[in-house]
This record gives sequence, structure tokens and C-alpha cells, in this order.
Amino acid sequence: MLDLSFEPPKPKVIAGAKHDWELVIGMEVHAQVSSKAKLFSGASTEFGAEPNSNVSFVDAAMPGMLPVINEFCIAQAVRTGLGLKAQINLRSAFDRKNYFYPDLPQGYQISQLYHPLVGEGEIIVDMEPGVARKVRIERIHVEQDAGKSIHDMDPAMSFVDLNRTGVALMEIVSRPDIRGPEEAAAYVVKLRQILRYLGTCDGNMQNGNLRADVNVSVCRPGAYEKYMETQDFSHLGTRCEIKNMNSMRFIQQAIDYEAKRQIAILEGGGEIVQETRLYDPDKGETRSMRSKEEAHDYRYFPDPDLLPLEIEQAWVDDIAAHLPELPDEKKARFVKDFGVTEYDADVLTAERDLADYFEASVGGGDGKKTANWVINEVLGRANKAEVSPREIVAPEVNAAILEMVAKDEISTKIAKDVLEKHIESGRAPAEIVESEGLKQVTDTGAIEAAVDQIIADNPEQVEKAKQNPKLAGWFVGQVMKATGGKANPKAVNELVSSKLKG
Amino acid sequence: MSIDIETAARVAKLARIRVEEDELPALAQEFNNILGFIEQLQEVDVEGVEPMTSVTPMRLKRREDGVTEGGMAKTVLSNAPDAREGFFAVPKVVE
Repeated sequence: MLDLSFEPPKPKVIAGAKHDWELVIGMEVHAQVSSKAKLFSGASTEFGAEPNSNVSFVDAAMPGMLPVINEFCIAQAVRTGLGLKAQINLRSAFDRKNYFYPDLPQGYQISQLYHPLVGEGEIIVDMEPGVARKVRIERIHVEQDAGKSIHDMDPAMSFVDLNRTGVALMEIVSRPDIRGPEEAAAYVVKLRQILRYLGTCDGNMQNGNLRADVNVSVCRPGAYEKYMETQDFSHLGTRCEIKNMNSMRFIQQAIDYEAKRQIAILEGGGEIVQETRLYDPDKGETRSMRSKEEAHDYRYFPDPDLLPLEIEQAWVDDIAAHLPELPDEKKARFVKDFGVTEYDADVLTAERDLADYFEASVGGGDGKKTANWVINEVLGRANKAEVSPREIVAPEVNAAILEMVAKDEISTKIAKDVLEKHIESGRAPAEIVESEGLKQVTDTGAIEAAVDQIIADNPEQVEKAKQNPKLAGWFVGQVMKATGGKANPKAVNELVSSKLKG
Repeated sequence: MSIDIETAARVAKLARIRVEEDELPALAQEFNNILGFIEQLQEVDVEGVEPMTSVTPMRLKRREDGVTEGGMAKTVLSNAPDAREGFFAVPKVVE
């Protein structure tokens, strides 16, 4: 088994005025499916197009138009399900969720309430090396996104753009297994990472391609354990749902605020009303969305325009056979095969491209040394320049530089100089080393000559060094300087100490 | 199950259909007639019978993931009571 072992993190405890409280959090993440066309029409999903230009008659809900499902969107949702080790339902169906809003011209959203495409799965949410929360996934269903309303272009009107109307979404619903604001943010980070590995959602939160509804409740310590034993929700508190969060920071702030609000109500003898709330980042508070309450009567029913979705096991198996290596497996393999620390493996597997980059940089060399090199030298420089590592240095170049270090041709210090010179000029590392004479001097004769010279020139220092052997370092430094940093440090050390003794 | 006047009013509101107060009793009665018919249907024993979704066995029709429509904002907006700068313009709906 490749998986790394882990312990669950401690739940966050909030001290109230009367006693301690714990948090219970469940998430509903809406992830926009990466596809060219929409879920039920042939209009483009491209972001940022002219208003209403990516709209078909189906999206505009013109009378008589019928939805025809985009098979690739279904494949993407299946792929996502498999990536979350979830059960795939070979038979699922679409339902209408009825409500009125100007950016939903049909008057209903096509969703999957009764028979979702994907059933139970799980996500391992890493908190720190050796500590992770296993969050159960309840279901993933496929549905249509709504359009976009713009409220600030006219004082009396809202402007509606239907370009996003009908784009495929996956709603990924977790069980209430998340126990603190940091875990909630880490959950979204991990889910986003998996989706990006799979290529099923680009995870762009700024564009709203990944957004989360957060269900928060509080309970007394011990109550959650009773829930886990029995799966009986009555052990938990009443929850409130905070809608449409699209930043990890806001998710944490909103949960913090909401938990304290609920605790204050409960300790004051009040009761929590189950409701939908909105987080206001400017004020740092959540507030009730009263208008949502009445609209909550969605009167779901099976969509008569769409037959049940039946997929074949062989088709699912084919998708499964082509899944990429996922973050958990990759991380475990990096730890096992390359001997890197779990922390470094986390950094290197954050993005699939970086992991590929690292592996190409290892070539036939040492994994741990390459990890240090990529993280400290390459990522440091790339982050500073705000570009991807590939843009400043090709992985093959890293491999070539590190090979010269491994063969003792250059020192680690010179290696960094070579990297700098390569980034500036694009010249090949071997050529830089050759033409600038940076090759490490391993010829002991030459080093010895330099050591002798320094000793002869500095008789006072020699006397001092004989009293205090620690001063030998000064000689090493002088020899390195005299040889332009090219002398093999190990050889210099040995020669200096033996000469000073003699 | 029977539909009272209050429920009829709520259903009408959810459907955004204006029904005058004096029409509500008749509407509620209509609902009850329909539900009465459905209650009758519920007497049929359908234990173990798959719900029928189609008269002939058919597979849900699929499309390929390609862009085949769009680029007709003008046409899409042509029925709109009000459209400005390429958008549908509606009475303000912000919370």
C-alpha cells in the first residue's frame, strides 16, 4: 500500500462564556466542469466573452427548445467521482429545481436530486505531515449553472448576461466531517488540487469556477462522537448555510464569525434558526438572506425532457484506466522512491505540472538533492519573478547541473552561479562551466600550491591557528578565494588541516 | 391530502401567477380534483415495477463536446422587453 499513514487533527474548540464548544462543518462545492460547450447546448463555455454571445436558444429557454446532454461533461463528472474514490451510479436522472430569478430564464435549474451520478467517496485533507482529516463525500450531482446579474451599471435596473447559463457544474457534497475553519479551507485546497490533477475543473475561484456553500453548526464536546457512532443528526446543533464563498480566507473568517454568533445565541438561551446566510467580507459578518427562505420550496420533479442517464460499466472502466496519478499517491511515491520529506513532497505535488517538472529534473540523479534544488533554488527564483519554474529553467538543465555536482565537477556554490548565468543567458550549463573555467580543481597539486602560498604569506595567522584550530577556516576561505571558488572544498579542508598541524 | 385556499395562494405565488382573491376557492377546488384523481391512481399496486420513462426503449440522446451555437446576442435579446449594452435589463433584484 502506497498511502502514507496519518492521525486525525484535533477539532477546533471555542471557549464560550459558559463552556467549550466544537464546530461541525459540511461543504457543498460547486465546481464548473472544464468543457468546450455547455451541459445541454452547443454554446461555448468561454469566460469573458461579450454579454449574451455564448447563448443558444436552449440557454435562453425559448419555447420548444429541448436539452441534449453533452457526453463529455458526464465523463468529466465520472472522472471526478473516480478521483474521489466514489461509487459511480450507472443509472442517474435529472430533476427540475423550480425557482424564479432573472438569470435563470427556464424558471428551473436542471439538477439531480433523487438519483445523482456519483455516490459516496472520500477526500484526505492534509493538515500537516502525518496529520490529515478523512472527509466523507456524500454525493456529486451534475447541474446547470445560472447566468450572471450585474447590479451596479444602473441605479434602478439589473443587467443580465446569460453566457454562464447552462454551463455544467458538479456539486460535490461532503458529510459534516470538517471540524474547524482551517480544515474547511484545507478541504477546498485539496479538492481543488484533485480537480486540477484530473483536469475536470480549472479551480479558478476568482472567476467563480469553484465556489463553496458552507454549513456550520456548533455542539458541546462529545456530541460529535455520538453522531459519528450513530449517524444520528439529532446529536448535532442546528446548522446555517453560508452561500457562495469564493476565497479560502473568507471561508475561514465566515466560519469563525458564524460559530461565535451561534454560540452567543445558544448561551443567551436562544435557538438557532436554520437559514441561508451571506458573508459580507467588508463588515466581516454573516447576515440572513431572508428572500431565500420562501423560495426554498423548489418543488423538485423529474425533468420530463430528459430520459434517465444510463452509462455502461465498460465506459466507466475505460475512464478509470486513464486516470492520472493523483496527489496522495504521487506524494507517497515521492516519499518512498526519492526519500524526500513529506513536507517537501507536499510542496512538489501541489500542482501536477510542478510534480512532472521535479521528476524530469531528477533524471537519473538523487531525488532528495533534486528536491532541495528545485524547492530552494528554482521555486525561490520563479516565485520571485512570478513565473512558472519551466519559464526560467528547463528540468533537463537542472538535471545537467546536478549531475556535474554529483560528479564533483562543480561545487554546490558554483552550481547556483551556473543556474544564475543560465537564467540570464540561456547558455548550456556545461558550456558555462567549460568556457568560464568553473570546473572544480580536484588536482591536489594545484590546491597544495595555493595552500602553501597562503601559509607562507601569513606567518602570524599560522601561529594563531596552531593555538586555535578553529581558525583553520580562515585559510580554507583564502584558498577558495585564490582559486576562484573552484577548489574542491573537501580537498582544501584536508590539506589545510594537515599543513597547519605539520 | 387536500389543498386549502392558503396553499393555493402560495403555489400561485411560487409560480408567479397572479390569482385574484375571489378566484382562489375555485383554484383550490381544481387542485383537489386533480389530487383526487392521483389518489385513485395510487391504489394501483406498483410494487417492484420500474417507473416507465418512455413508451419505446430509448437511450438518452447525447451530443459531442463542441461549440455549435452562439454569437447571436441580438437575436437572443430581440424578445426582451428591455435590453441595454448587450444585456437583458430587468428591475433591480439585488439583496
